[in-house]
Amino acid sequence: MTVAPEPPEPSGDAPPTAADSLAVQAIGIVKEFPGVVANDHVDFDLRRGEVHALLGENGAGKSTLMNILAGLYRPDAGEVRVEGRPVDFGSPRDAIAAGLGMVHQHFTLVPSQTVTENVLLGLDRPRFLLHERESEAEIGRLAERFGLRVPPGARIWQLSVGEQQRVEILKMLYRGARILIMDEPTAVLAPQEADELFATLRSMTAEGRSVVFISHKLGEVLAIADRITVMRRGKVTAAGIPATGATKADLARRMVGRSVLETLERTPFEPGEVVLSVRDVVADNDRLLPALRGVSLDVRAGEIVGIAAVAGNGQSELAEVITGLRPCGGEVEVRGHAVANRSASTVLRRGVAHVPEDRTSVGTAPNLSLTDNLIMKRYRQPPVARGWLVDESSARAIALDLRDTYRIAAPTVDTEVRLLSGGNLQRAILAREIETRPGLLVAVQPTRGLDVGAIETVHRLLLDLRAKGAAILLISEELDEILALSDRVDVMYEGRVVGSFTAAEADIGRIGLLMTGGSEADHAPAEAAG
Amino acid sequence: MTIRLEPRTSVPRWLSPALTIGAVAVALTISGAVIAAVGGDPVASYLHILNASFGSVGVLSDTLVKATPLILTGLACALAFRMRLWNIGAEGQFLLGAWGASAVVLFPLVPAGTPAIILIPVMMLAGMLAGGLWGFIPGVLRARLGVNEIIATLMLNYVALLWIQFWVFGAWSESGFQQTKAFPDAALLPRLADFADAVPAFAGLTVHLGLLFGLVTAGLLWLFLERSRWGYEIRLIGDSPRAARYAGIDIGRRLIIVFAISGAIAGLAGMSEVSGVVGRLQDRISPGYGFTAVIVAYLAKFRPGRVIVAAILFGALILAGREIQPSGVPAMIQGIILFTLIVADVLVRYRVRIERRVPVTAAAASPPAASPPAASPPAPSPGAGG
Amino acid sequence: MDLGLILAGGIASGTVLLFAAIGEIFAERAGILNLGVEGMMLMGAVAGFSTTLTTGNPWIGLVAAMTVGGLLALLHAVVTIHLRADQVVSGLALTFLGTGLARVLGEGLANTNVARLPAFTVPVLSNIPIVGPIVFRDQSVLVYVGFVLVPLAWFWIEGTRPGLHLRAVGEAPAAADAQGIGVYRLRYAYVVLGGVLAGLAGATITLAVAPGWFGDQTVNGRGWIAIGLVIFARWNPIRAAIGGYLFATITPFNLGLQGVDRILGFENPFLPGRSATFFLDMLPYLFVIAVVILGSRQAARRRIGAPAALGIPYVRGERGR
Repeated sequence: MTVAPEPPEPSGDAPPTAADSLAVQAIGIVKEFPGVVANDHVDFDLRRGEVHALLGENGAGKSTLMNILAGLYRPDAGEVRVEGRPVDFGSPRDAIAAGLGMVHQHFTLVPSQTVTENVLLGLDRPRFLLHERESEAEIGRLAERFGLRVPPGARIWQLSVGEQQRVEILKMLYRGARILIMDEPTAVLAPQEADELFATLRSMTAEGRSVVFISHKLGEVLAIADRITVMRRGKVTAAGIPATGATKADLARRMVGRSVLETLERTPFEPGEVVLSVRDVVADNDRLLPALRGVSLDVRAGEIVGIAAVAGNGQSELAEVITGLRPCGGEVEVRGHAVANRSASTVLRRGVAHVPEDRTSVGTAPNLSLTDNLIMKRYRQPPVARGWLVDESSARAIALDLRDTYRIAAPTVDTEVRLLSGGNLQRAILAREIETRPGLLVAVQPTRGLDVGAIETVHRLLLDLRAKGAAILLISEELDEILALSDRVDVMYEGRVVGSFTAAEADIGRIGLLMTGGSEADHAPAEAAG
Repeated sequence: MTIRLEPRTSVPRWLSPALTIGAVAVALTISGAVIAAVGGDPVASYLHILNASFGSVGVLSDTLVKATPLILTGLACALAFRMRLWNIGAEGQFLLGAWGASAVVLFPLVPAGTPAIILIPVMMLAGMLAGGLWGFIPGVLRARLGVNEIIATLMLNYVALLWIQFWVFGAWSESGFQQTKAFPDAALLPRLADFADAVPAFAGLTVHLGLLFGLVTAGLLWLFLERSRWGYEIRLIGDSPRAARYAGIDIGRRLIIVFAISGAIAGLAGMSEVSGVVGRLQDRISPGYGFTAVIVAYLAKFRPGRVIVAAILFGALILAGREIQPSGVPAMIQGIILFTLIVADVLVRYRVRIERRVPVTAAAASPPAASPPAASPPAPSPGAGG
Repeated sequence: MDLGLILAGGIASGTVLLFAAIGEIFAERAGILNLGVEGMMLMGAVAGFSTTLTTGNPWIGLVAAMTVGGLLALLHAVVTIHLRADQVVSGLALTFLGTGLARVLGEGLANTNVARLPAFTVPVLSNIPIVGPIVFRDQSVLVYVGFVLVPLAWFWIEGTRPGLHLRAVGEAPAAADAQGIGVYRLRYAYVVLGGVLAGLAGATITLAVAPGWFGDQTVNGRGWIAIGLVIFARWNPIRAAIGGYLFATITPFNLGLQGVDRILGFENPFLPGRSATFFLDMLPYLFVIAVVILGSRQAARRRIGAPAALGIPYVRGERGR
């Protein structure tokens, strides 16, 4: 790689030339992963001293682009220039040496160590002894300079997520980063913490440092960014437009877009009785922070209710609460029977099927055969159960039948499922769940990571099940998918249902706004203006 | 140069057995080298083992006698290992089983003169109960308190040995000797030799009824593990506890039950040993059967049928190994076999690639040794990237 | 002065546990669980003993013991770090291997005698009232090495840059890797160091504390007790040392060996031939179980400081568990 020498401190006397005012320039970046083009000839530039927001849905290619800039990936084609010099980073270390640091969504901190220790980690100094006091003072001064409130002697696990984020920023600043990439920094922050972060970012840009701000919350992007780039499906749909003058409605349209999805034949909507009733449910996530803050919703027979939400707004926890895998407060009823806080097997017996988010270690047991995986939900009942025995021949017969009906491409039904592709694994899970003839199916990210053909199959299966009168709760981060399949769309934001639309009312702009923390009020004037 | 492991996308059917056999062969080669290094003759040693364990009907019978406790303890381990439950306590459960069976005779729990038809089943029950208790304890500790079962079972092994010693040296000591008095005939398992009157060919054959216990237990366990609903659940829990939970299985309860059953089977081995071979309780009734069982189970890939085969092989090793110099050879071979089996296991799952590190680009400065180039970015799931 | 004898003996045999436990602390702080301590100690014990027998020089024996311990640990390191095998199974195999190999190599060593490592009295310190004679009189040189090693190990882990990196590798290997720390390299180094110390612990038995070779009985489960001590010590060398000394003082390994008739005016229950011996002998093992119970409560894990990545192979690009 090429490391740029220490750049001159930005000085006030000489007006910067155009080339020299560009902190980062990415030209024609292409990056392919098996099955997807994550970046398709993407151009991006970052000026010195600006906050440049990068907007886009999950899977739009934002993180891929930034990971390339930060040295985590190599582009398949294209060029990256930092402060005018072409660079080729082999690792994040190289990027940091060139003054470019990235704060990821998942922090890379050592929980048991102090803030100071985390900042010093991996550096060549101090040489041997940790002069804890001196380093603490030094880091404290640096933190103060940028308004990063964090006690240098505290251990990471004692800190709030917001404080941990400040440590990550501090780490980058201590290493001399002049360009900071923040990957969805506000996703984990409370509103007042976000305000503090914005103040820090402004104090950095005031010193001539530059910030890339990845987000899909429109309000905050307009609040903090100088310019905005929007990406959708690996391509740039708005390149560096000034934030002043941009409207939320316009940005939402560029971000979400309308894609050409396969035409789905659907039977007319004939809602039946209420199958799932969720009332005022509260639950914590794995970090013991509130994930659900009073969710209420209904799903009726013959209805698909889609949950539209950005990742991490409580939708995964909702699915676990309903399927008996997570304790909660409030009421969950399936066909009038209370199931909240009951065992997973009780919920199962109430006719609830579940396509889990993690299909490789929750939805299936990787080293067991296809047959074993296909009978996971029905080995307790005949014909698979014969007394206390598992009837091998009927299990096999069922597996063979499901394999053919659902076209699961597996050499034999004895094949271990870890050898199956994602699409076939998902077919197997759906086959198993649908064949339990559920009254309610909870499907979480059922098409994540699948190719187009497999996605179509999944969609067709869900609609077939609906036609048979099952209630379906569909949780997906693919808004297109939600809109194409759902009879009703509930929008979740920060653990609450913030909007509910029938299929007819569902408008991608309005839903997009609600998902990103906007309100109906933001939408109305924008539409009037447009 | 870097070593990379790539998960295999398909596993040929022959690979796993071939690697297992290969692992044993490599282990024997290494052991042979060690034997040669300390001045022994490996070829002669191996030939001796073969001859002294399978050379005649008489020694074959002795091999089977040694294999009997290994079959049972091996089954005990195989059952627990199926659930990824590291029960290293078969030795202690074996000893407790032997103690429980002896207690029936020595306390005595049944009146003297009870006929064998009643006494033997009572002893079996007592042995299984005592062994089962010794498995239940670490099971509960693990399921309810999250206690590492390896340390718990290992420590309980030592406790069990001291427990036996307390009785053998104390209350049950036969006039101060380190053993109890001999059991009455009704408390002894019948041997083939006992039927020499009817079948002269059985004369001198030491194989006892315990072998049948082993075979029947293997059959039952096969049924339990491969055909029953509980066996299915055990396989599921062993492979992916999260999937098992998702399938509605109460993992903690299964864990305690399996640990107790595992202990009971090892306890039956102890009963069979005191009742079928020794005829009294001593503190040295096990040359480490419970530890060899770990390797037996591992070699058998936790399958009941193969446990029998592996147990016979190790029974031969223990039997003939007694006469081999140096005396630690059988134990050493066992340790080496377990190691090569682990490596074989890795090779079944992964393909090993050894690559010469190529410079990242011509312009690249040589990276510090500490940071190999990030040549393999995580394969992202397209939906997960931003 | 029977009590003094007991306490001095406890310090000596506590040194064995201390070396093994500190070795295991290093390995576990780097994120690698090595259950092969018992095997490595046995091999260290036999290698030290037989080398000394051959060369007549216990120092060469000591080096041999440490080398052998390190080599066995290296085997564990390759299998668990590069080959990603289960650390539990590999450690277990190491114990089997070490035990078997030690018995082979120890053939014919029973009932032989070798030169011990020197013991000496520290001039001034031994005159400190009460403590002096117990701690500094006529102790083996290895006991004093133990005194030095404890603060050194603690300071290395808590107060230096290499120690900072060690902790990071065991707590959050992905974070360490992201900062350019060689996770594999450090794990190898500390697993091997753990083996070296386990070998030293074994040699401490055969060359200093209880010279002689008694087969498996030489170590007699003390490798496992050291592993329990690590949990008791919350991965802290100083606590491990205190635990080791205390533990060794109150256990029969010490009390029986010292041949003391009376303790504090009471009959010594640990002398052979008294039936209470067996129950008292169980105490160390039951104690370890109790310690592990206290240390295993999930809620307490973070508080007591178990390295977060302990037992989990690190593969770059695989996130979390």
